[in-house]
Amino acid sequence: MSEGFIQAAYIVSTILFILALGGLSNQETARRGNLYGMIGMGLALFATIFGVVSGNYFFLVVSLVAGAVIGIRLARTVQMTQMPELVAILHSLVGLAAVLVGYATFLDHTQSFYGIEKTIHDVEIYVGILIGALTFSGSVIAFGKLSGRIGGNPTLLPARHFLNLGMGLVAIWLGTIFVGQAADGGGFFPLFLMTLVALAFGVHMVAAIGGADMPVVVSMLNSYSGWAASATGFMLSNDLLIVTGALVGSSGAILSYIMCRAMNRSFISVIAGGFGTTSGGGGGGAAESEQGEVVAVQSEEVADMLLNAKKVVIVPGYGMAVAQAQHTVNEITRSLRDRKIDVQFAIHPVAGRMPGHMNVLLAEARVPYDIVFEMEEINEDFPEVDVTVVIGANDIVNPSAQDEPDSPIAGMPVLEVWKGDTTIVLKRSMATGYAGVQNPLFFKDNTRMLFGDAKATLDEVLRVLQSQESK
Amino acid sequence: MKIGVPTEVHVNEQRVAMTPEVVGAVVKLGFEVIIEAGAGTRASYLDEAYRDAGAEVVEGPKAVYDAADIVLKVRQPEHHPELKQDEIDLLREGQTLIGFLWPGQNPELLEALSERGVNALAMDMVPRISRAQKMDALSSMANIGGYRAIIEAAQHFGRFFTGQITAAGRIPPAKVLVIGAGVAGLSAIGTAKSMGAIVRAFDTRPEVKEQVESMDAEFLMLDFEDDEDGAGEGGYAKTMSKAFIDAEMALFAEQAKEVDIIITTALIPGKPAPKLITEAMVESMKQGSVIVDLAAEQGGNCELTEPGEVAVRHGVSIIGYTDLPSRLAAQSSQLYATNLRHLLTDLTPEKDGNIVIDMEDEVIRGATAVNAGEITFPPPAPKLSAAPKAAPAAPTTEAVAEAAVASKPGWIATSIGMALGAVALLALGNVAPPSFMAHLTVFVLACFVGYMVIWNVTASLHTPLMSVTNAISSIIVIGALLQISSGSFIVSALAVLALLITSINIFGGFAVTQRMLAMFRK
Repeated sequence: MSEGFIQAAYIVSTILFILALGGLSNQETARRGNLYGMIGMGLALFATIFGVVSGNYFFLVVSLVAGAVIGIRLARTVQMTQMPELVAILHSLVGLAAVLVGYATFLDHTQSFYGIEKTIHDVEIYVGILIGALTFSGSVIAFGKLSGRIGGNPTLLPARHFLNLGMGLVAIWLGTIFVGQAADGGGFFPLFLMTLVALAFGVHMVAAIGGADMPVVVSMLNSYSGWAASATGFMLSNDLLIVTGALVGSSGAILSYIMCRAMNRSFISVIAGGFGTTSGGGGGGAAESEQGEVVAVQSEEVADMLLNAKKVVIVPGYGMAVAQAQHTVNEITRSLRDRKIDVQFAIHPVAGRMPGHMNVLLAEARVPYDIVFEMEEINEDFPEVDVTVVIGANDIVNPSAQDEPDSPIAGMPVLEVWKGDTTIVLKRSMATGYAGVQNPLFFKDNTRMLFGDAKATLDEVLRVLQSQESK
Repeated sequence: MKIGVPTEVHVNEQRVAMTPEVVGAVVKLGFEVIIEAGAGTRASYLDEAYRDAGAEVVEGPKAVYDAADIVLKVRQPEHHPELKQDEIDLLREGQTLIGFLWPGQNPELLEALSERGVNALAMDMVPRISRAQKMDALSSMANIGGYRAIIEAAQHFGRFFTGQITAAGRIPPAKVLVIGAGVAGLSAIGTAKSMGAIVRAFDTRPEVKEQVESMDAEFLMLDFEDDEDGAGEGGYAKTMSKAFIDAEMALFAEQAKEVDIIITTALIPGKPAPKLITEAMVESMKQGSVIVDLAAEQGGNCELTEPGEVAVRHGVSIIGYTDLPSRLAAQSSQLYATNLRHLLTDLTPEKDGNIVIDMEDEVIRGATAVNAGEITFPPPAPKLSAAPKAAPAAPTTEAVAEAAVASKPGWIATSIGMALGAVALLALGNVAPPSFMAHLTVFVLACFVGYMVIWNVTASLHTPLMSVTNAISSIIVIGALLQISSGSFIVSALAVLALLITSINIFGGFAVTQRMLAMFRK
């Protein structure tokens, strides 16, 4: 196969990848988009395997097939509530691959560069491995946190900003040494040392972030995995890798930006660590805000309120994912819709542990996507809503974000559920949300609390609804 | 403790202070309930229903007053026609009386109650704070009054409310003007609207405009240059300036010629009702029009109102009933009894059937007019009413100033950043070989393409976006494939390993995306 043919195949792949991402602009075209992505990947693999590879076909086929089997098994068996974990661990694989390819390139001496080209090539290897290692260890920690294998709370080491800064400086210093040594054919030692530093940096960075900031971390790692691919592309002078990596990198960066905006926090402040730092400065508002009485209700009353409503909005949060209550929620939705009660879902951008997490869970439970709305689409409608059901969400429905200028979450856009007639909040207890801020919503006159595990209480509500039906 | 509920003695009063449903709830609080036989009959609650709910039914008021520790009433105590003595004389020391007592208007009643050494809680004095809304009997009654006002108007109005096009010709919809958009006014607006009328409303408090418009009625604005806010304490209106009243009267005079029905609900606490509809305005109204004056008891908003009567003047029916809630006895008894139950719940913190009059509690303090024979009316002003509007203005300007200060360095920093970036790029271009610059061009362009494409992705597909980008970023597999045929064993081994994990990623990523996307359905 000629070099030109391979290049042409790569160009087609690039276009297909762009179309794949473009297809996600709505649900109808998304499946076709995914197909484009698969074709693009297939074409790139085909062209590379038959155009470039000249030996070791046995190992190639074995590892490709083994990987395919493992990957498809993973994809088939994963629970939708575990999607964030899966995505995190897949990110780590991209990072690891970038490290491996980087080392392979470093050790491969078939191509030779001279002068400034050599320097640039070495820097590319160095940066590629740096980003790859960072992505790898960060993703592994994120995976551990999301799957509950390690605690979700931010681990804040003393002087961690200086630690980060120090590691950054060490990485740069090692880089200069590496470039100097690599010019003479050496440089393995500083490269290896830098890899360790990068791994430690990834661990430290993600360990300091916790709970509800995870959507930012997951999308940030998504971005890094793209940059790692891009850096590898520079290293190998391969435009397909560069373009694809840049697409993925900017995708992740935009997602991170959207998530940060949805929490009204700067990217830097999220990366710099949990709410512990910010609330220390101006968090006085949370403590002094007035407490009132909460009105607790039972499942039967909730069922009653739902039956008497004309318009119901359900606000799912991470609690719904934890309790695996999405199927019950769908059953309730169907039962209500059969009675001509208008049911809609309101999704806050940072609900759950990764961008779009709630949408996927609801889709899994077969909730039709045309009744699922984003915050901007539905926020104005709340005054017309009869009953709002908040399932396991806290900070995203906290009125202090608007009312209390010194609240740690002040300015964060929130779902204005309190403007509706009645709000029912499902919660396990009166504990505060991730941000550690008391939620005045719970004490409002038109708020009713339904305590208990979301799945258990909603099952009860559903039972009452269905028994009413049979009457 | 025993709760006693006597029959109301006021002429034509049909309400009762307790319903069978509430009996059950009150018994749960630890009370016993005694009801005078026939007390609820006029509100369609039979003695058997009370008995079934767990109350004891006794004959005659005396038995109730003698046995009860707490007496629940609707109206204030008055002369009992059967016993030929005042109800106050039936009370004994230590008893508690709860009902509409109007302590502000009835100083002599307070004196009498204090002489008897009782506790007296006035339902009309429950402060209008959000926590006490569930015991706000005035609002409950006003709501019913507003509804009933429209029903009475419809009774006396010789036409349809709703417009229709029939074979026999076109029927225009009735036009209703509601003056005062408080609880009663809003209730009247809702009722008239649901019957199909065109509804207009006026209120001196501009902030109710939104509420009026939310009910699909038109809010009439005054042609008045000065911004005068009519909101007084506790959500009531206050007296307005002369100029304002003149403008207001001009508006009413103009509207009177046009509308078919006027509902007036204007009240200022502790003062006679303002006269808003003059005889001249009544005269200008169409024949067969109706005015319902909800302020009749306080003298009426219309000059020609005769409290308690329906007067027909200049061809206009002017309804001055003062007992509108009582005309919907079952409904108003139910709401009133529920308001009482909430108050009783607050009075019995231990739920053991013993009431505690806690003078530290803002709500109970407000309602208590006589405590153990001592007059405690009027209560201190409520701590917080609706927040005055001026307060938040100051921090806003400050915030704006701060934002302006903050945005300046931000802008400078961006420019400096961009300039530095450009310099760095030029410096790089100066030393880097052309091949690198070509790759860099591709890279930068790809970043922009990605930027444009990703902004179009719908938020609900962000998770599939991440998994598909994950699969795509495994294009790094190309790197592994380029090296797999290398002569060096270690390079090949690294490449095989990289191939294995990227392969997991490619197939896993695409497959899981496919699985997720298949779930999204309409």
